[in-house]
Amino acid sequence: MNATTRPLLQVQDLNTRFHTLDGVVNAVDGVDFEVYSGETLGLVGESGCGKSVTALSILQLLRCPPGEIQGKILFEGRNLLELDREGIRKIRGNDISMIFQEPMTSLNPVLRVGEQIAEAARLHKDMNRQESWHWAREMLRMVQIPGPGSRSRQYPHKFSGGMRQRAMIAMALSCNPRLILADEPTTALDVTIQAQIMNLMQRLKEEFKTAIVLITHDLGVIAEMASRVVVMYAGKVVEEAPVKALFKDPRHPYTQGLLGSIPVIGRKEQTGRRLQEITGIVPSPAQMPQGCRFHPRCTQVADRCRRQEPPMIRLARHRRVNCWLERE
Amino acid sequence: MNSSVSFLIKLAAFQASCWAELYMLNYILKRLLSTIPVLIGISLLLFFMLRMLPGDPAQVLAGQMASPEEIENIRHQLGLDRPIYIQYISFLGRLAKFDLGRSARTQNPVIEEIWARLPNTLLLAVIAIALACLVGIPAGIISAVKPYSWIDYLVSITALFGLSMPVFWLGLMLVVVFSIVLKWLPAGGTGSWQHVVLPSVTLAAFVVAFIARMTRSTMLETLSQDFTTTARSKGLQEWVVIIKHALKNALIPIITVVGLQFGLLLGGAVLTETVFAWPGLGRLIVDSILARDYPVIQGTILIFGLLYILVNLIIDLLYALVDPRIRYD
Amino acid sequence: MTDSIDGPLRRKWAKLKRNKAALLGGILIIIYVTSALFAPVLFTGNPSAPDLMNSLESPSVDHPLGTDELGRSILGRIIYGSRISLLIAVGVVSVGMTIGIPLGLVSGYYRGKVDFIIQRATDTMLAFPGFLLALALVAVLGVGLKNTVISIGISMVPLYIRLVRGCVLSVREEVYVEAARAVGTRDVIILIRHILPNVMVPITVQTSLSMGTAILFAAGLGFLGIGIQPPTPEWGSMLGSARSYLFHAPHVATFPGIAIFLAVLSFNLLGDGLRDALDPRFKI
Repeated sequence: MNATTRPLLQVQDLNTRFHTLDGVVNAVDGVDFEVYSGETLGLVGESGCGKSVTALSILQLLRCPPGEIQGKILFEGRNLLELDREGIRKIRGNDISMIFQEPMTSLNPVLRVGEQIAEAARLHKDMNRQESWHWAREMLRMVQIPGPGSRSRQYPHKFSGGMRQRAMIAMALSCNPRLILADEPTTALDVTIQAQIMNLMQRLKEEFKTAIVLITHDLGVIAEMASRVVVMYAGKVVEEAPVKALFKDPRHPYTQGLLGSIPVIGRKEQTGRRLQEITGIVPSPAQMPQGCRFHPRCTQVADRCRRQEPPMIRLARHRRVNCWLERE
Repeated sequence: MNSSVSFLIKLAAFQASCWAELYMLNYILKRLLSTIPVLIGISLLLFFMLRMLPGDPAQVLAGQMASPEEIENIRHQLGLDRPIYIQYISFLGRLAKFDLGRSARTQNPVIEEIWARLPNTLLLAVIAIALACLVGIPAGIISAVKPYSWIDYLVSITALFGLSMPVFWLGLMLVVVFSIVLKWLPAGGTGSWQHVVLPSVTLAAFVVAFIARMTRSTMLETLSQDFTTTARSKGLQEWVVIIKHALKNALIPIITVVGLQFGLLLGGAVLTETVFAWPGLGRLIVDSILARDYPVIQGTILIFGLLYILVNLIIDLLYALVDPRIRYD
Repeated sequence: MTDSIDGPLRRKWAKLKRNKAALLGGILIIIYVTSALFAPVLFTGNPSAPDLMNSLESPSVDHPLGTDELGRSILGRIIYGSRISLLIAVGVVSVGMTIGIPLGLVSGYYRGKVDFIIQRATDTMLAFPGFLLALALVAVLGVGLKNTVISIGISMVPLYIRLVRGCVLSVREEVYVEAARAVGTRDVIILIRHILPNVMVPITVQTSLSMGTAILFAAGLGFLGIGIQPPTPEWGSMLGSARSYLFHAPHVATFPGIAIFLAVLSFNLLGDGLRDALDPRFKI
């Protein structure tokens, strides 16, 4: 990751809008970040902050309800938003693929698991039926599903939650993509299974040399897997930092609040503080606060924060904060 | 020695049940068994229907023209002077042999009258359902894929009209347009394929509406489900997503509706056959009601009921083919 | 407490009003009801009195929709026919609800043997398509207005039973029902106070749609000659007698059919609108 490496993915000023009966909702409002080859970028935020929508915008999967996407999404230099239908189709599953949150509902219940993995391979890798099924079995083996031969012929309802997520991972990796967008891959799973899946993803990432955008609200997962982190709030990026720096020295009050609300055994003795919560709730998209979007909940709010949106302040090469506090 | 024998038996039983599961025999058996209460219910219905009529059942069966000896004959033949439960058992026995009595009008065995006309009704019904599916399902899919577009509105409005239109009126209007004004097609009777067109289109019209609406709403629902997004995220072409991924899921409720519609179709057949003078079961039942020919009424009702049950069984089997989750229940 | 009931109800009313199609249906129904109530005002004279001098006349100023084979004004017969049709619609739905709702409530609430028997009976009735069931009942009961209403009403009962039972099954698991039971409330009170209001939503939707179906069925029976008997002006039987004159005077068959069509359409539109406004979950 030296100064001359071009990022694999560059999101610049991404705006995603939905036209609803209650008005226009800016789910993603001027977001930018970069992902480099082979790294894991964490995208963190509470539910509703727009992180999933960001990922779906990259692959233009916002059909229902339809989203209006503006900005630039550069993948290996090409702007994905300028591609036509065929163009983005070739990218999906092939160069960039996605893992979804709910393995229960994200697999098609009436198609065999093997088929769901094989069809992507047939489409992008020009394999025939037999080859693609062979490949599907290989992928299942790689995600450590026992008995991949018979499993591939089964339907999703025969799989457990963890196994389904493994199958999803197999599906995502089947065409050896350069980037995987993982939307809360472990949230819907039991804690013990979570650990397994995370280990699996880590291993496969190293083996396939894929970059991952790891979307989650779970800071523990971030600490385990990410090398850099982008924090989002209410549709905007509020902080970006390498993972260690983020945990050690969070700059934005929201990040501080997030870290402060992680339950730690023995915290009171260590830090002298009790579990801290961030007061208030995430603003509804139709009623965004003026100025800094976080100001109603901020413990260090100043007058300026209420009136003006804070600028992006660059602290280091991969470190920035959107907060008036940094100005002083 | 004993334990190994019992082990082998258990193994064989296990193998058999796996094989049965594979070929859905469990499911088929369960479904067949569940029709038994309904069959019993129908037989009870028919049995008591006769006895609910005013007057002497024997006379009713014999018809209005019958002489006293003929009435006594029937009474003795069917055992109408015996206790009621014995009557019921002999009734069941006769049903099992498909002995439905004789028509009070023509004195022919009821089963013959029915058998002569059943193929005609079935022909109409099958063509109508096929037409309805061929038109309705694609219309519903297109509506769902382009919701709120002009084509969606067109399909929805046409469907709503089709639902509200009385079948017999549509038939009459079609006769006016195509037989009287345009003189393209005959107004009734049988003989050639031209005679089939108007009746089957009339029958299909009502059903098309239902099927199109159902297809539209299930496809809309399916297309908004997670696995559709997953399919798109793999870069599959849109038509593959719609047909291979979404439609296959939507087929389950659509098949249900098609099965239900078959029933409506049988009801509509009564009216359509009257309009087009089509010699089917529908005409038979109407003529019999007007002539108070109860053996035939009873027989036709029975056949209609059996047909419907059969269609529902077939539908359930189709379910299991389409939705793998049901097979392993 | 009153506020929370008013709020959602008012919102649903507003949503219903926004639905143009449902509004159209509602307006049409009002037109029909008005013509039914004010029939003698709208059409003076006896709609059933024959006037053979003017039989089978095309539409004219005297007779805006023409005359039928006995010289009677078709417009007049259609207007008076709306009385019959509305009577049938209301009658059928009343029969269906009176029998169906209690049976459905009992079947869903008490389960067990009662449920089993009622369900098997319902299955048996549902083994026949609705119209055929009504037909069979007419065969037993005879023709005429009263028997028509009873026959079609009974053929609707299984639908109501199924609907109500399904609703009861889901509501009875709710915590407030358990709480009422725990406090010792009598079953009857629970059924009426807690469960019935929840059932009313799908019932309302179904009723509107069923009224349209009732008119269709009655017209069908009338058309076959085994429903409402002439000279009573029922739209279906008007079509039935018009059949013989189709070649010479197609207008006799056209207009009553349109009357049926618009009536059923209006109930369908209203029913759809009600379904969308009241609760999208209760899909039939």
